[in-house]
Amino acid sequence: MDVAIVGVGQTPFTRNCGISIRELCFEAFKNAMEDINLTPKEIDASIICSAPEYDKQRSPAGLISEYLGLTPRPTFYAESICSSSTTGVKIGYSFIKSGLHDIVAVIGFQKMSEISSAEVQERMGRGADIQWESPFGTMMPAGYAMYARAHMQKYGTTEEQMAKVKVKSGKYSLLNPLAMYRRAVTLEECLQARVIASPLKMFDCCANADGASCVILASKEKAKKITDTPVWVAGIGSATDTLSTTSRTNLTGLNCAIEAAKQAYKMAHIEPKDVDVAEVHDCFTIAEIMAYENLGFCKPGEGGKLIEESQTYIGGKIPVNVDGGLLSKGHPIGATGGSQIRTIVLQLQERAGKTQVKGAEIGLVHNIGGIGVYGNVIILRR
Amino acid sequence: MSFSKFGKVSFISETKVADFVKYLEEGKIMATRCIKCGKLYFPPRADCPEDLSTDMTWEELSGKCKLLTYTTAYFAPSGFEDHVPYTIALAECEEGVKVYALLSKDLKEDEVHIGMNLKLTPLKLQNGKITYELKKA
Repeated sequence: MDVAIVGVGQTPFTRNCGISIRELCFEAFKNAMEDINLTPKEIDASIICSAPEYDKQRSPAGLISEYLGLTPRPTFYAESICSSSTTGVKIGYSFIKSGLHDIVAVIGFQKMSEISSAEVQERMGRGADIQWESPFGTMMPAGYAMYARAHMQKYGTTEEQMAKVKVKSGKYSLLNPLAMYRRAVTLEECLQARVIASPLKMFDCCANADGASCVILASKEKAKKITDTPVWVAGIGSATDTLSTTSRTNLTGLNCAIEAAKQAYKMAHIEPKDVDVAEVHDCFTIAEIMAYENLGFCKPGEGGKLIEESQTYIGGKIPVNVDGGLLSKGHPIGATGGSQIRTIVLQLQERAGKTQVKGAEIGLVHNIGGIGVYGNVIILRR
Repeated sequence: MSFSKFGKVSFISETKVADFVKYLEEGKIMATRCIKCGKLYFPPRADCPEDLSTDMTWEELSGKCKLLTYTTAYFAPSGFEDHVPYTIALAECEEGVKVYALLSKDLKEDEVHIGMNLKLTPLKLQNGKITYELKKA
């Protein structure tokens, strides 16, 4: 039984949305549902995705399901930090594939302004192994910075090449009305910005945001009744690497992404060169460079060269993050994967406006949770 | 002994490997070895996922290691704000296990390079806490 994505929705990503989490989710849900003329009663099951440590509400799934008019049909809660909503899509896919449900809504959200900056700082330190790594003052940028340093040493990747990822992101952010930062940045600005965790500087890092996304999945039979332009889930792979840095065997690439990509390509019966447009998890500039390599868009160690040669711009070998990516959109943890899927779905439906990659048939989403802990790779085709 | 003595900021107090702190206070950095399969673990573990054995023995590390990667943090989580900038490092011990620790503040930034020899050393902190750091070998 084939599974399709029939609808996608997203709120603007902002620094402080000024509304409650239930209202934020409603906005993304309404955006997806009105586009395909579906009513809440037609949704058979829902999956709510977020990182709960940012929520005041305990067990938000029940509350959001109620506010969206989805009860008494079942709702489930999915969490894998920054890749929560693609994990939700995998669960929804499995529900439909197994015949348990026909139409599933996956709603991802995060209101990171829900808690104070001091509370954010406190949680930030607990993302690593709290017994053996957090006592040394670690945090997300430091984790990726260690990968950047190792990548530079092994392959000669440069700070300029990393900055060029942000320059591309800035260029496309101007064309995405939902992005939090809509401004072009120069290479010099990136290189002169203050250091966060060396060699990563301010523009090498994405920012916390508020936002929600929604993906509506349906069985083949239902999909054909709902829309003329269903987008098919052709491949879906997932893998988990060790959470602790001391157990990692690869310091220049993310094993969870390599493994998830392998599964997704195999299932879709395609090769990396067949991908027309991709959304990768650029929480940091080095993360996008490693993604090029881990997804097979270039050989290991050649990611820096790929961006330097502008091969990931529209018109290049493989356009990547033409919506501005996390670096410009902002990164509302639980909503991010759904937003990436939305971008690819709109591309495959030829609805991407000024960022349309002409004739895109196959798209790929790479969404990573934590510092390379949870990897989801999803291949979509029209 | 409570494990909460470990680290500048600690998050847990109870663990089956709490004796690690006792050894650290004696100046020893200890790993655990699974008696059944022989695998060495650092940071120490009480349980072996290879064979589900809980029969482990303590074993001292030489402290000799090489720098694998590092970053200097200028921005810190709660409890470390007064400590910036500090350099977080991942090193490989001669026994093959890896260690995550701060580089000693004695090391100058231009002296630091991947592959350099380091010495893993216990470090007493203020208010009776204890940790380990990576010093120049």
